[in-house]
Amino acid sequence: MNNSSASVPGATGASYALIAVRASLVFIILCGIIYPLATTGIAQLIMPHNANGSLIKDSSGNVIGSELIGQKFEDPKYFQGRVSSIDYNAAGSGSNNYAPSNPDMLQRTQDSIEAWKKLNPDVPVSKLPIALITNSGSGLDPHITPASAEVQIPRISKLTGLLTADLEKLVDKHTESRDLGVFGEPRVNVLKLNLALQALIK
Amino acid sequence: MGILQIIIVLAVLVLLVKPVGTYVYHVFSNEPNRQDRIFGPFEKFIYWLIGLKNQSGMTWKKYALSFLLTNIVLTAVGYLILRLQKYLPFNSSGIDNMEQTLSFNTIISFMTNTNLQHYSGESGLSYFSQMAVITMMMFTSAATGFSVAIAFVRGITSRGETIGNFFQDFVKAHTRIFIPAAVLVTLLLVALQVPLTLDPTITITTVEGAVQSIALGPVAALESIKHLGTNGGGFFGVNSAHPFENPNSLTNIVEILSMWVLPASLPYVFGRFAKNRKQGWVVFSAMMTLFLLFLSLIYFSELRGNPAINAMGIDSSQGSMEGKEVRFGIPQSSLFSAVTTAATTGTVNNMHDTLTPLGGLGTLGEMMLNVVFGGKGVGLINMLMYAMLGVFLCGLMVGRTPEFLGRKIEPREMKLIAIAILAHPFIILVPTAIAFMTDLGQGAITNPGSHGITQVLYEYTSSAANNGSGFEGLADNTPFWNITTGLVMLFGRYVSMIAMLAVAGSLVRKQWVPETVGTFRTDNKLFYGILIATVFIIGALTFLPAIVLGPIAEHLKLG
Repeated sequence: MNNSSASVPGATGASYALIAVRASLVFIILCGIIYPLATTGIAQLIMPHNANGSLIKDSSGNVIGSELIGQKFEDPKYFQGRVSSIDYNAAGSGSNNYAPSNPDMLQRTQDSIEAWKKLNPDVPVSKLPIALITNSGSGLDPHITPASAEVQIPRISKLTGLLTADLEKLVDKHTESRDLGVFGEPRVNVLKLNLALQALIK
Repeated sequence: MGILQIIIVLAVLVLLVKPVGTYVYHVFSNEPNRQDRIFGPFEKFIYWLIGLKNQSGMTWKKYALSFLLTNIVLTAVGYLILRLQKYLPFNSSGIDNMEQTLSFNTIISFMTNTNLQHYSGESGLSYFSQMAVITMMMFTSAATGFSVAIAFVRGITSRGETIGNFFQDFVKAHTRIFIPAAVLVTLLLVALQVPLTLDPTITITTVEGAVQSIALGPVAALESIKHLGTNGGGFFGVNSAHPFENPNSLTNIVEILSMWVLPASLPYVFGRFAKNRKQGWVVFSAMMTLFLLFLSLIYFSELRGNPAINAMGIDSSQGSMEGKEVRFGIPQSSLFSAVTTAATTGTVNNMHDTLTPLGGLGTLGEMMLNVVFGGKGVGLINMLMYAMLGVFLCGLMVGRTPEFLGRKIEPREMKLIAIAILAHPFIILVPTAIAFMTDLGQGAITNPGSHGITQVLYEYTSSAANNGSGFEGLADNTPFWNITTGLVMLFGRYVSMIAMLAVAGSLVRKQWVPETVGTFRTDNKLFYGILIATVFIIGALTFLPAIVLGPIAEHLKLG
């Protein structure tokens, strides 16, 4: 392999350029077109539910969301998700990127605490979990922590007339444990929880 | 549970280093082996397609010329696609052509493996651009970097005239590593719920009756190579924090290992080429030690949380959750941040702008050093550069000619190394200063006080290290930022690559010095210590003043 390649020294640059052009075209087609289309085809064929965004349908077959994407819940009788500066508009994604020292962020958090006090007079602020009043990175976080669901139970019980014991069972049932028992965090999917709550109210 | 799950991931990585490293060694050793039977025919077909008749070795200059030419052609074609995407197929969401300076920035960003994104994927790119430009460049830029790293390793471990054939390396990196791995990881990610479709954005009515649009797309196909190639550019604006890109902690771990395993196995590959595996493990250990330092800094800072919020009397025992996702929590977020800035991937699963000051310092520090594993070989090249610097310093202290792997390190090599090492702080600190002196630069800062300094510093550090993550609050889609960061990415990638190929070209021709009892050994614990000390003294001190003004000042003010 050690013989010199420069049999025609002057032509090297030009011939390399030609190879570079051809190589570029080959890899644009192979990696940029064949690869994504082929994997898309395979995924659509063998795992269509996952490949199409894990969509949830209601009883009449209408899509009402994706189990992976958070939804906005304004009505206090539902469980509320995390703060989202983009209002859970999944046409985009993002958050304010507030630094820990940013006065606007500190003000927003203070406002969230005040609003919480008004809506949840029965739960002391010291029990309010930080995850519930901070902006998720994506602005689309579908989950809240189990504690964030539990602290909302007294309010929802009062507004819907459902027993707190029933609501606790509901939250328990929808609490997903760590993946494989070790990884990630225990969490509750707000959309699924609220769908179950909706069924209970009816 | 927090520390346990981190340790398990680290253990899996360490277990993967040897098998993956052995595989990679066989790909590039060019000695006949079992892989040839599987990949040989397909590669012959590609060689024929691209007109590569002669696979003999190249001198470093020809190697550099070939990889530069290939990158120039890819850049030109990619630029045209971005500027004309409106007229091209697979544009079901009707996206307009990309603006000039943004296209310039984007194309350099992906060709240099940086993947800094001044656009938002959902609204800025058609599916065709996502595939034919972004996904394609994620392969080709990774294969380029990987090839150059291997050529460098060949240069410092073998003798003769050549450091390999770029086109052959480039093709093999695709056919034997990136394409098969990407297909496997893609399907694994879909099995774990990452979408992969060509359907356009869907619009639904929510439980409360509101209208919600949900952007979809060929996500998993991009997600896999984004990590394997240590690229980092997300399909969606928020990258791997988006629940479609990274729906649970298992996808999080698949993504962490995908971006980490190739860079982490490169020191082992180097050991195999050097016929001294211990040498490889010494380099690996030095990298891992630095990594653990930075990881601890990030993890414990985030766990401690933001003092200003903790003072508000809520239950903040979970740590700083602003900008993070519930499914990851502090441990999976910290680990991801530490790995992405170590492996120069730049994908994020939480917003780095919202990290606590010291947590942010951890991510910034890894990119400033640029030797903690590093992406697709750059980290290994830089670490070996520091190793040569280390033997040089030790040589000066005892008054003898420094040697590394049996070759004398002489003025020519030291000059090239000095250029490569000084270029990095130069292209970070000078543009940062320029940005502060001009309204164009200052206008982009969105967080007041010391954090604003960190925002700018992070942007250029990330560009120079070809990382591509950002303190995303920075309003950086303006001609000023598009052009300056574009240039920093260009220099950050090519100056050190060419300088190091030159070092390899010069070492490969040298006489070997026989090893004697007096030879300064570079494969023992002492050298491991010297290596880390050299990295800190030479690499870290340069940045100290800037760090004090940014994250440290913010930390002290927060209390």
